[in-house]
Amino acid sequence: MAVIKTLDDLKKRQEEMKSRVNLRDKAENPESLVQVKVAMATCGIASGAKEVMEFFVTELDKRSIDAVVTQTGCMGYCFAEPTVEITLPGKEPIVFGYVDAEKADEIIERYIKEGELVDGIIPQNYNTI
Amino acid sequence: MSHYKMHLLVCAGTGCHASESDLVYEMLHDEVERKGLNDDVQVIRTGCFGFCEKGPIVKVLPDNTFYTQVKPDDAREIIDEHVIKGREVERLLYLDPETNEHVIDSKHMGFYKKQLRVALRNCGTIDPENIDESIARDAYMALGKVITEMTPQEAIDLIKRSGLRGRGGAGFPTGLKWEITSKNQSDRKFVVCNADEGDPGAFMDRSILEGDPHSVLEAMAICGYCIGASEGLIYIRAEYPLAIRRLKIAISQARSYGLLGDNILGSDFSFDIKLRYGAGAFVCGEETALINSMEGHRGEPTNKPPFPAEKGYLGKPTCVNNVETFANVPVIVLKGAEWFSSIGTEKSKGTKVFALAGKINNVGLIEVPMGITLREIIYEIGGGVKGGKKFKAVQTGGPSGGCLTEKHLDTPIDYESLMAAGSMMGSGGMIVLDEDDCMVSVAKFYLDFIVEESCGRCAPCRIGSKRLYETLDRITVGKGEQEDIEILKNLGSVIRDTALCGLGQTAPNPVISTLDNFMEEYVEHVHEKKCRSGQCRDLLYYVISEENCTGCMACTRVCPTHAISGERRQPHVINQEVCIKCGACMEKCQFDAISLMKDYPREVQLTTK
Ligand SMILES: Cc1cc2nc3c(=O)[nH]c(=O)nc-3n(C[C@H](O)[C@H](O)[C@H](O)COP(=O)(O)O)c2cc1C
Ligand code: SF4
Ligand code: SF4
Ligand code: SF4
Ligand code: FES
Ligand code: FES
Repeated sequence: MAVIKTLDDLKKRQEEMKSRVNLRDKAENPESLVQVKVAMATCGIASGAKEVMEFFVTELDKRSIDAVVTQTGCMGYCFAEPTVEITLPGKEPIVFGYVDAEKADEIIERYIKEGELVDGIIPQNYNTI
Repeated sequence: MSHYKMHLLVCAGTGCHASESDLVYEMLHDEVERKGLNDDVQVIRTGCFGFCEKGPIVKVLPDNTFYTQVKPDDAREIIDEHVIKGREVERLLYLDPETNEHVIDSKHMGFYKKQLRVALRNCGTIDPENIDESIARDAYMALGKVITEMTPQEAIDLIKRSGLRGRGGAGFPTGLKWEITSKNQSDRKFVVCNADEGDPGAFMDRSILEGDPHSVLEAMAICGYCIGASEGLIYIRAEYPLAIRRLKIAISQARSYGLLGDNILGSDFSFDIKLRYGAGAFVCGEETALINSMEGHRGEPTNKPPFPAEKGYLGKPTCVNNVETFANVPVIVLKGAEWFSSIGTEKSKGTKVFALAGKINNVGLIEVPMGITLREIIYEIGGGVKGGKKFKAVQTGGPSGGCLTEKHLDTPIDYESLMAAGSMMGSGGMIVLDEDDCMVSVAKFYLDFIVEESCGRCAPCRIGSKRLYETLDRITVGKGEQEDIEILKNLGSVIRDTALCGLGQTAPNPVISTLDNFMEEYVEHVHEKKCRSGQCRDLLYYVISEENCTGCMACTRVCPTHAISGERRQPHVINQEVCIKCGACMEKCQFDAISLMKDYPREVQLTTK
């Protein structure tokens, strides 16, 4: 192991190591971050949810958006798979259907960044019937 | 750079370790590998989550899913179901004792809601055997800041302003202790970390050392810089093998990074740390006894003054602080004295770690802001008294402490309020007692411990505690007299005033505090020969129910002392003066007519005599 000779070295080392524990820091208060939940149950995986998740994880990081990306089980919207639920800090969760890479990009640029509603929202009222 | 999407944190604290968390880790790790998930999922061993009773714990991030009592065989299901398909493994989730529902997310567990983790900030979050994870979470940043940007006095002033007080029991202001030690001139000075932790049932210091050893090493170095010492010693009991191992790993990693050793971070400050092992005597936690023991002498206390700050290890100025005290220091440096002093009460700042135990639903290690009430701790964090029983008291401060009762439930707790209530903060043991606990027996339990642990150096403690114990014992076996209560009171205050060290001085506390709060229980034991909670076996009585007894005489034939009398087909009666409570009659009776009672009808006794 290399010796850390100055405080700046130490800070550099910290920067390098941050990614190891980043997720753990974020998980401490998810409410203050953008939360993305990708439905990854059987039908979800079949319809490409894994790629969508991959996309969110790498792209959000690249575009410097503090977010927690998790997977969930069946959301009950199998017809619209892959589905993604987005919760902006302090807002109600919104579910998007038929999400592919292109849609995901639009969601990040327009909904997550600007808060604009984009097509493909699945109305959630019927799961309260 | 790696982008793990999921972290599986497996507790590797002593509690979970004992229930095979190592195997759980191995299995999860293998399973991740077998499924080719290495790039997505990171499996890490961490320190204690504080929920040891329900261990082994596995926490899944980022969703904060909290699995309890995970067995090695569950690993596959966690990977298949949760990691791959995103469905929680319901049967492993924590069951809320109130609602009887599974709680998915640790954020919603009552246990964690009111906690504030400062000293335990990294326990259960990082891999304690990997210094890089600690560094990513700010380890050694405070040390760097202090030695490059501050003079020793400035750093001392910062600690003073924060209001930090010793967590080892007495609550002495930490900054002040550092200042006094810094002013005593000498060629050599020492920083000592007290990791003896002798209070029965306490394990907060162990958990900090196991879960976040670097926080303590860093703080010791900061202390060294402040007081002008370049040598640190950690006095740890040999019964803490896991903590010792983690400390050794941490020290060697810190040395190889140059964060311990000569010219730390390019400065002219040098500091190194060694371990010293204790045999686990309670009195060795007392600082003068601890120093004697480290010097190879008998672990007996000596008179203060001189205080260690003046003449300590090898006769040199020595600053002794507790593990938890140290663990707070780096955060104070980084977040500021004002941040720290904004938490807590007027005179007690910050948080305190408690080991919550006894008749409570959520047994475990908790960290709460000073000033929280017992009610919040017991009913919100602790999930209430076990089995819906009635709350009776909370014992705090271990063998040096006392009991708090119903009337103290809403008192904000800090050093002063506990003292005023006749108890003590102590090192942080907190045992909840319910209606089934006998307060005389509780006092006897602690005195028994004291008699065992007294070093014998001074008479008040050696002989006095023994007398206290014997008196309590008389009372619990039904031989107590009114006079015994007076003996307890008088002897208690004599010992308190004349014993040489803190062990003896505080030894009568459990007795005095139970006398103050539960005099009626003492009176019942003495005058009615009754123990209301049914704990004192000698105060239980075999009684025959007039209604159920058929007068078959089976019991009279087995009674070894001929205590039972009665005519055939007439209800029988046990003479309590003669009965030796062997239980033979109860076993023999086929009509369930005999039962163990806390009381017996005295009138009946009198007529049979
Ligand atoms: C009988 C007895 C036992 C003690 N045991 C411990 C102990 O196990 N751990 C500890 O830190 N302090 C213990 N103390 C307190 C120490 O003497 C000392 O006050 C403390 O380590 C100072 O550190 P602090 O100011 O950070 O609390 C004990 C004191 C007495 C009288
Ligand atoms: S008070 Fe007890 S433990 Fe302390 S010196 Fe006296 S005999 Fe030893
Ligand atoms: S054995 Fe039971 S029923 Fe028979 S005399 Fe004794 S108490 Fe009564
Ligand atoms: S408990 Fe034993 S001694 Fe007492 S009455 Fe029953 S048989 Fe006799
Ligand atoms: S399995 Fe995917 S929505 Fe039902
Ligand atoms: S040792 Fe695992 S939760 Fe405490």
